[in-house]
Amino acid sequence: MSVEKQINEVDTITVKFAGDSGDGIQLTGDQFGNTTAIAGNDFATFPDFPSEIRAPLGTTYGVSSYQIQFAAKDIYTPGDTPEVLVCFNPAALKVNLGIVNKGGLIIVNEDEFTDKNLKKAGFETNPLDPDDDTLRDYRVHKIKITTLTLESLSEMEMGHGDKLRCKNFLALGVVSWLFSRPLEPIENFLKSKFGKKPQILEANMKVLHAGFNICDTMEIFPIMYKVPPAKLEPGTYRNINGALATSYGLLAAAEKIKLPIVFSGYPITPASEILHTLAALKQFNVAAIQTEDEIAAVTMALGAAYGGSLGITGSSGPGLALKVEAINLAVMTELPLIIFDFMRSGISTGMPTKTEQGDLLMSLFGRPSDSHLIVLAPSSAQDCFWISVEAVRLATKYMTPVIVLSEGFLINSSEPWKIPNLDDIPEMESGFRTDPNGFLPYKRNKETLARDWVRIGTPGLEHTIGGLEKTNETGQITQDPENHDLMTRLRYEKTQKVANDIPELEIMGDKDADLLLVGWGSTLGSMRASMEAVASQGKKVAMINIRHLNPLPKNLGDILRSFKKVAVIELNLGHLNMLIRSKFLIDTAFLGRVTGQPIAVTEMIDFINKELETIKEH
Amino acid sequence: MSTSTEEVKYKANDFKSEAEPRWCPGCEDYAILKAVQTAMAKIGRPKNEHAVVSGIGCSSRFPYYMSTYGFHTIHGRPLPVATGLKVSNPELAVWVVTGDGDGISIGGNHLIHALRRNCDLNILLFNNRIYGLTKGQYSPTSTKGMVNKTAPYGTIEDPVDPVGLAVESGATFIAQTSASYVKELVDVLVEAYNHKGTSFVHIYQNCYIYNNGAFDGFTDREIRDDNNIKVEHGKPLVFGKELNKGLTMGYGKFDIVEFEAGNVPDSVLVYDETDPILVRMISDMKFPEHPVPMGIIKRVQAPTFEESVHSQIQTAKEKFKPDLKKLIGSGETWEVK
Ligand SMILES: Cc1ncc(C[n+]2csc(CCOP(=O)(O)OP(=O)(O)O)c2C)c(N)n1
Ligand code: SF4
Ligand SMILES: [Mg+2]
Repeated sequence: MSVEKQINEVDTITVKFAGDSGDGIQLTGDQFGNTTAIAGNDFATFPDFPSEIRAPLGTTYGVSSYQIQFAAKDIYTPGDTPEVLVCFNPAALKVNLGIVNKGGLIIVNEDEFTDKNLKKAGFETNPLDPDDDTLRDYRVHKIKITTLTLESLSEMEMGHGDKLRCKNFLALGVVSWLFSRPLEPIENFLKSKFGKKPQILEANMKVLHAGFNICDTMEIFPIMYKVPPAKLEPGTYRNINGALATSYGLLAAAEKIKLPIVFSGYPITPASEILHTLAALKQFNVAAIQTEDEIAAVTMALGAAYGGSLGITGSSGPGLALKVEAINLAVMTELPLIIFDFMRSGISTGMPTKTEQGDLLMSLFGRPSDSHLIVLAPSSAQDCFWISVEAVRLATKYMTPVIVLSEGFLINSSEPWKIPNLDDIPEMESGFRTDPNGFLPYKRNKETLARDWVRIGTPGLEHTIGGLEKTNETGQITQDPENHDLMTRLRYEKTQKVANDIPELEIMGDKDADLLLVGWGSTLGSMRASMEAVASQGKKVAMINIRHLNPLPKNLGDILRSFKKVAVIELNLGHLNMLIRSKFLIDTAFLGRVTGQPIAVTEMIDFINKELETIKEH
Repeated sequence: MSTSTEEVKYKANDFKSEAEPRWCPGCEDYAILKAVQTAMAKIGRPKNEHAVVSGIGCSSRFPYYMSTYGFHTIHGRPLPVATGLKVSNPELAVWVVTGDGDGISIGGNHLIHALRRNCDLNILLFNNRIYGLTKGQYSPTSTKGMVNKTAPYGTIEDPVDPVGLAVESGATFIAQTSASYVKELVDVLVEAYNHKGTSFVHIYQNCYIYNNGAFDGFTDREIRDDNNIKVEHGKPLVFGKELNKGLTMGYGKFDIVEFEAGNVPDSVLVYDETDPILVRMISDMKFPEHPVPMGIIKRVQAPTFEESVHSQIQTAKEKFKPDLKKLIGSGETWEVK
């Protein structure tokens, strides 16, 4: 018999699922994210997993987690600290205990709190014991997730292991009830995923409903939560992560410029995601090729760009390091090669599944000689779509390589996305030259300084390019001193010209503020959340997020100089900070963190408040 | 492909650029250049339908001297560049010029993978058993004990056998010849072009400055017939100035038999370029115990890489009508009013 439950309506809430990597945490999170989307909330997610595929069971370093913040208003981050933590084992509790808000709700799978597992997780005592103090500050709900799963499947003829694998859907049933969510979206997912395996479908459905129903009947929770829908701009929405957005953006750009894509890559976390996605979308004229190494990946893409296709490659730090020489060949031959770097925590192998913004200076300056190219950085999961389109537009218009500095965090995190109308994206021109009259391989367009792109095979335009320096316009190889000076300057000027062709920066927040926060990439979300939090206390702060890192937007200097104080925030020890100080000769304050995680909003707020204090003192 | 049905006649000179070659006088790269231009004239396609991609080295200067499309890339990487080009523009005839350093040392990994991938490329490996451009260091094909700039006491490494490497890598077309055999070289180049798939042409090329005479032991006009064997599909494996020697099946290797010229015994094997055992045994022959094989050592048919790439794209197009709007709007969507 179900009792009338008290419903607690809240504005925003952060939930985290944590357990062994084999517990299906990411799937659970994704499904919960989907129901959140359909409930009309704004949301942001943060999947976080170990680099081991199946780390030993029950260990703290094997804990995989998925955090989601959802709200009845605009939000920008997956939340600093969860109000609700769902733990599948003691190790998950151990790792996350420190970060749950005091007074927060902790749901644990009681079955897993055995002596052996407690010991593996490093608990001296069982935190679930009534007289144990560990969880005194929290509201703890013990649910025998494993036992209940097995019980609800007792009638079914299937293996014990298969039954156990359903237990994350029991947890999903529980949280669905807790947040007043309908089960349909999860049911639809199960039907599409296991349509051909009726037994597994039935089992998961049973378990899902069992989870939901026990909450109803057993009064596990005294209250339910309800987060009303957010007031998003009208339109059709879907849930998008950075990996899909990046790939879809490339497909959209290819359609607009009417060129096939050759995407070549060598597997590396977290960049492989793009290769996986594109390999399954060949129908959009995509040749997705797994090469023998990153050097082959970048040179194959370059060969395709030379031929007249969109040559694209993607990697992470270690791979980018291998690609440097070939990128310089693209700079020298002035070909539209596109290189994605999904930055991860370095140096060397570092922390492959964790995020960082450590490759900015390398992308700008990490090539021999005076080598300049375009550098872009998406600021959110959905912005990955637009940055892909921008990369194709600029690379082909200016005949230059483009590095897109994306981030591991952006690839995996998801948010609601108002599906864009593809008709609104302007058509692009490949501009292939076909006229042999007056053709010279290094003759430049007056406005862009780009040389002509020739589809290899075109009659009458035969020519040879390469890494050797060549004479301006004719392209004949030469070691003439003045010519080399001229060509070096022309190549540089060409990238600088791009500044006339990119949007100016828009200041967010209070333009009359004394303090300007400057960031790039994924810090957009947490910086915005921090800025708004500080503003809500009546203080004035402004911020910018730079998506075009080379060349920089034309109004950046004016913006920087119009504030009393500039503070740079990034996930490194000061790359953009160094650039801004040296380029604009201004003093800056700096907050940089390299924890492999996004910077917590609370940490940023403290930093902003401190900076505001120092301005006041002056 | 040239679409015109009437015969278009080209001369070797049509494939020559205006740039003056800058190889040392006496360098055999000149001979290969001429052979490639002659082969292209025989092939009969216009120059815009050929692209020559090279790495770095003396040999890799090649594209500048051709009137076709050309890409002088970076050291060791012409193969993946050429693969990307061929996938992008399958109608092109793509030639790769590489050296023993470029193709086997720094680019060795790409060579293995290009050969097994079977992209329709014509790979010309100029083997002078030395680093020419960097002025005479040993290469991975330098003979053991060879004295040079980086091995003043002689090299201590065993050399790589390029043909053996190609066999192991699963190449579908393997030929070996010498820059000094101009006519044979032209024939082999035309056959390499005609082969659909990766053609690997190993060319002994004399470096006049840093390794002069390296191949005299088997290519010198006086002695070559006794030290080379021309392998030809369907023909008996005979050699010698008098054509009085032949190869018979021995214990794990070929035995050499001598006979009266014109009277080839039945035990002399007839070559089959598609037979993996004969191909392996021919490539295993060591000079001077055995003659150096010249000609087309292996030729088998297999789907090319670019064909497979494009046929998968085609199949995907037939199976899922490409509709980007639909794709982007897929999954669970919801309306906000
Ligand atoms: C990355 C890199 N390393 C080294 C060099 C220097 N280098 C140029 S050519 C060459 C060796 C060329 O030998 P090979 O490929 O046999 O060509 P050859 O000159 O003999 O025709 C070397 C080491 C280079 N250009 N790039
Ligand atoms: S150094 Fe040797 S290979 Fe290079 S051009 Fe001179 S002779 Fe030819
Ligand atoms: Mg050499």
